Amino acid sequence: MQSLAKQKMVALSGDEAVAYAAKQSDVDVVAAYPITPQTIIVEKFSEYVADGEVETEFVCVESEHSAMAASLSASVAGARAFTATASAGLALMHEMLFVTSGCRAPVVMAVANRALSAPINIHGDHSDSMAQRDSGWVQLYAENAQEAYDSIIQAFRIAENADVLLPVMVGLDGFTLSHTLENVETLMDADVKEFIGTRQFSKVLTHEGKTVPFRLDPDNPMTLGPLALQNYYFEFKRQQEEAMKNALGVIQQVNSEYAKVSGRNYGDGLVEAYRLEDAEVAAICLGSTAGTMKTVVDGLRQEGVKAGLLRLRTFRPLPVEAIRSALANVKAVAVMDRCMSFGGNGGPVFHEVRHLLYDVDKRPFVVNYIYGLGGRDTSPTELRSIYENLQAILQTGRVEMPIQYLGLRG
Amino acid sequence: MTGQEWKFTTKDIAEKPELFRSGHRACAGCGPATVLRLIMKATRGPTIVTEATGCMEVVSSIYPYTSWGVPWLHTAFETAASNASGIEAALKVMKRKGRLKQEHVDVIAFAGDGGTYDIGIQALSGAVERGHDFLFVLYDNEAYMNTGIQRSGGTPHGAATTTSPAGKAVPGKLEYKKPIADIMVAHDMPYVATASPYYWKDMLTKVRKGLEVEGPAFLHVFAPCPRGWRSNPAKSIEYSKLAVETCVFPVWESVDGQCGLSTPSKLVALAPQKKKPVSDYLRGQGRFRHMFKPENKMLLEEVQRITDERWERVLKKCGETSKAA
Repeated sequence: MQSLAKQKMVALSGDEAVAYAAKQSDVDVVAAYPITPQTIIVEKFSEYVADGEVETEFVCVESEHSAMAASLSASVAGARAFTATASAGLALMHEMLFVTSGCRAPVVMAVANRALSAPINIHGDHSDSMAQRDSGWVQLYAENAQEAYDSIIQAFRIAENADVLLPVMVGLDGFTLSHTLENVETLMDADVKEFIGTRQFSKVLTHEGKTVPFRLDPDNPMTLGPLALQNYYFEFKRQQEEAMKNALGVIQQVNSEYAKVSGRNYGDGLVEAYRLEDAEVAAICLGSTAGTMKTVVDGLRQEGVKAGLLRLRTFRPLPVEAIRSALANVKAVAVMDRCMSFGGNGGPVFHEVRHLLYDVDKRPFVVNYIYGLGGRDTSPTELRSIYENLQAILQTGRVEMPIQYLGLRG
Repeated sequence: MTGQEWKFTTKDIAEKPELFRSGHRACAGCGPATVLRLIMKATRGPTIVTEATGCMEVVSSIYPYTSWGVPWLHTAFETAASNASGIEAALKVMKRKGRLKQEHVDVIAFAGDGGTYDIGIQALSGAVERGHDFLFVLYDNEAYMNTGIQRSGGTPHGAATTTSPAGKAVPGKLEYKKPIADIMVAHDMPYVATASPYYWKDMLTKVRKGLEVEGPAFLHVFAPCPRGWRSNPAKSIEYSKLAVETCVFPVWESVDGQCGLSTPSKLVALAPQKKKPVSDYLRGQGRFRHMFKPENKMLLEEVQRITDERWERVLKKCGETSKAA
């Protein structure tokens, strides 16, 4: 086994960790617009530019819509592009998110997850990125600032992989991660550079039978973002789905390769199973809540409860097999949603997890907990109550309330 | 500014390779298609084109065919300028890092009136404020023609469109055409010009100037649409001449904020008696047909009044003494 790279411990907030990772990733173009709680990322990056620490072209655009349009166009012009946003900013990008994935532009974006208006709220939940789950972007959710840092570096490798060639968003919970200082192990610049490598371009075949790089190159003119009608559009979309499938393997591969350099891995890159081997009751969640949840699981374990946790690190593509296999022996599952799907009979993670469990032989009980909207604090006691409910379900063999709201007034 | 050095003779133009090629699906007599074909003849080297959603994007890029002989990107309706920003930033940084094969690559953004006056103006304003080095070409056919002739901020007063129909109570569009080129001049940008394809040498010279200038350039091109204007396809170029002769669309340029009339409009300024009445231009266009009904006489007079007023403003900003009667 190769020895680990030298690392440096730095106190960084999640946002600072993201900015630092982007800096080390040698990004060519950053086009971004400030929005709480993402602001520190763009501020920090602006400092790098102002101090001449990066060669990046920083485009301080006039809206998030333009941020995504400029990131996409810079990317297809041959640059490594990075941006960051949150909440309303991500919602404003909505149109361009689909265009970016449709153009197969490997843009990387940090999303400091925040609630959507109205009422306006600057604090953390997953409404923003969940609303973009069908936009054709790979979605990773970080548990802590360390993972936010590591995931940004990994994201370039995933996005730019020729079998993937899709944009990647890395979610970090607003304030809980974005603004909270943590000790973060950082790699040396050279090691990050070596890990990511220079940007490679897929080769495509032209009308004339020439093989050319997939980018806007005056030597090899290419028409990108054309009009495709009933006769071709469908195939474009099917190819994106294929790329998503390929991303499953690439995310795992990048996760394990990164572990060889850094010593850190996040489960298999797709999901992280925590004390699940013999668990009877388990929760599934994304993001920073997993940290608290692990403490709750430890407490329950000490009391002899066979409790476990499955953290979805990757939500797009949905790691169907990884989730099924992790939950194979679990009898009751609580799916945590930090987001509403209004009128949708539960939250989005619940929908998807329950759907993938429909085909397994031993179907567990599956309930949904909607929690933490608009930054509402979720205490260990509340999280513990989820497991207590799961145990009650196992005892009675009945689910009284399939969808519950955790920590909701009245 | 060395614009005067280019000749752009008919021979030169004929010999230059076609970068906007035949086979596109534009209508017969399409003004914008002629404009784009000519403009691409005025490019000076490696060029990347980005285009807003609109007629020209749709007709030129129907997969798996393309009319484009240069790298071309379309992303959305409102993004011509933000795409140009991203492309220009990428070119700049790749050059700095030694990854650009070419010595220089020009960036041209094309958008129609919808993608410029309306949905694209925020991105355009932002890109110009940031000073990206690119040429933005507005091909103005004065309505959303691609979606079926709906009014835009560039539709002139009185024109009938499908969202400003000439009805019994409302006689076409009540609002006035937004002075988009003046708005761009107010950005204190290095180069702004208006052009008409009838005066193609003037137009091509302006394209070249726009490309050569350091920083953003804006070119507003008059582009008749027979389908949307309900006009004879054979007369598109004639209308682009009449628009200048009637002062409905004066041609001028602003170099570093200094405005000057271009020759075709200068000739009108020098001989105001030759300035044609707007009815010469309006007549024959179905979108203005209702204005020639006796009960709408006021409307015709109003268009003449606005045209005169705006012409006076152009003369004033171009430092010409008004000789209007």
